[in-house]
Amino acid sequence: MKLFLIVEVVVLILGLLVAVVRTSRNPALFPIRILAAIYCDFFRGVPVILLVYLIGFGVPALGLAGMPTDPVILAGIALSLAYSSYVAEVYRAGISSVHPSQFDAGLATGLTRLQTLRHVIVPQAIRRVRPPLLNDFISLQKDVALVSILGISEAFRIAQIEAASTFNYTPLIAAALLYLAVTIPMARVLDHISAREQINS
Amino acid sequence: MSPSSVIDIRGVTKAYGDRQVLGGIDLTLREHEAIALIGASGSGKSTLLRCIDLLVEIDDGDIFLDGEVITDPSVDPVEVRRKLGFVFQSFNLFPHMNVIQNVTLGSVHAQGVGRKEARQQASALLERFGLGGREEDKPDELSGGQQQRVALCRALAGRPRALLLDEVTSALDPELVGDVLDAVRDLKQEGMTMLLATHEMSFAREVADEIAFLHEGRIIEQGSPERILSEPEKPETQKFLRRLLAAGRI
Repeated sequence: MKLFLIVEVVVLILGLLVAVVRTSRNPALFPIRILAAIYCDFFRGVPVILLVYLIGFGVPALGLAGMPTDPVILAGIALSLAYSSYVAEVYRAGISSVHPSQFDAGLATGLTRLQTLRHVIVPQAIRRVRPPLLNDFISLQKDVALVSILGISEAFRIAQIEAASTFNYTPLIAAALLYLAVTIPMARVLDHISAREQINS
Repeated sequence: MSPSSVIDIRGVTKAYGDRQVLGGIDLTLREHEAIALIGASGSGKSTLLRCIDLLVEIDDGDIFLDGEVITDPSVDPVEVRRKLGFVFQSFNLFPHMNVIQNVTLGSVHAQGVGRKEARQQASALLERFGLGGREEDKPDELSGGQQQRVALCRALAGRPRALLLDEVTSALDPELVGDVLDAVRDLKQEGMTMLLATHEMSFAREVADEIAFLHEGRIIEQGSPERILSEPEKPETQKFLRRLLAAGRI
């Protein structure tokens, strides 16, 4: 759960940065824009389980000085990289859906491009993409179970060990319920926020 | 360049691909003067206004603001826009912000005015244009005429040197046009320097010191409203006004 929360915050920030870079039209940002596109294509195209495996076992195997070797941190890095690329695409869709005249209005008001993004474009984009954003977080919450392949004990792994030793599969059901206990309230809270916004506007 | 000119446009051209939108515009807007740009849709009125606010890059020519060139690549467009006010045809208010936030956004983040002072100035502006008490409303809770007056307040909040008005009544229901026109008329009487693109000839006649008729990206006739609207010299102007007359728009 702690891992999930940290990764979620990282993903929200990193995803937004990537999306802003990808939607920028500044020629000076062209090289970074290419890098951001490659990043998205790569990490969206590789299965998360493979990434967790690669980073979790691969990075320590390189034996580089200064690299983290704690499997929890490595798993967090793998999940952050994967999910930031999904979330960046969601943000990007949101940013593109804001009419360009809003950008003009921001500039005409005397704001810089960055200020226009910050105060005008991104707040509207986030409002629009909240449902798909939540979907990604529910997926992330579930994919936290993948860290078990690095030998970290999380709910699924503990349940699996328990089931394997007793041939009793109830612990797996308990683990499933545990996940639902987190994801269902998340979905409801967001529905509630969206509904309240609709009434307000 | 006359010393009192606020905006000077010299030989400005703009093309989108093969389509020449502005074909060499020369125009001088003096202090306290209002010039109305008239002409058919696609004649380049909006593009010209957008070029002045540096929302569109010109291909050739120069534009000066208070005698300083603003269309040079070395000029920071943000600084230029902070000296100009722009009102859009379709309002373009920020829908996620309430009325007062719309008006203070530029004051706080572009002009560097303190939040409290910005709010007081914005409230005074809103009050003046008949929007007192609507500070906390969202734009979509307002009528089109009210939204456009908020947009006018937003443009005025930066104390602009000149106001660029792009068909500010075209998106409004006929019965809501009056409020916005009254507001613009007030500003003119106060001495605001304005360049306005409009389809409302009666409005152009009343508010503008001069009318410039655009046809296919060129100003082909310019003069006092009385002369342009009553005795147009160029056949294109005559044709344009005849059409408006036939459509009952004058």
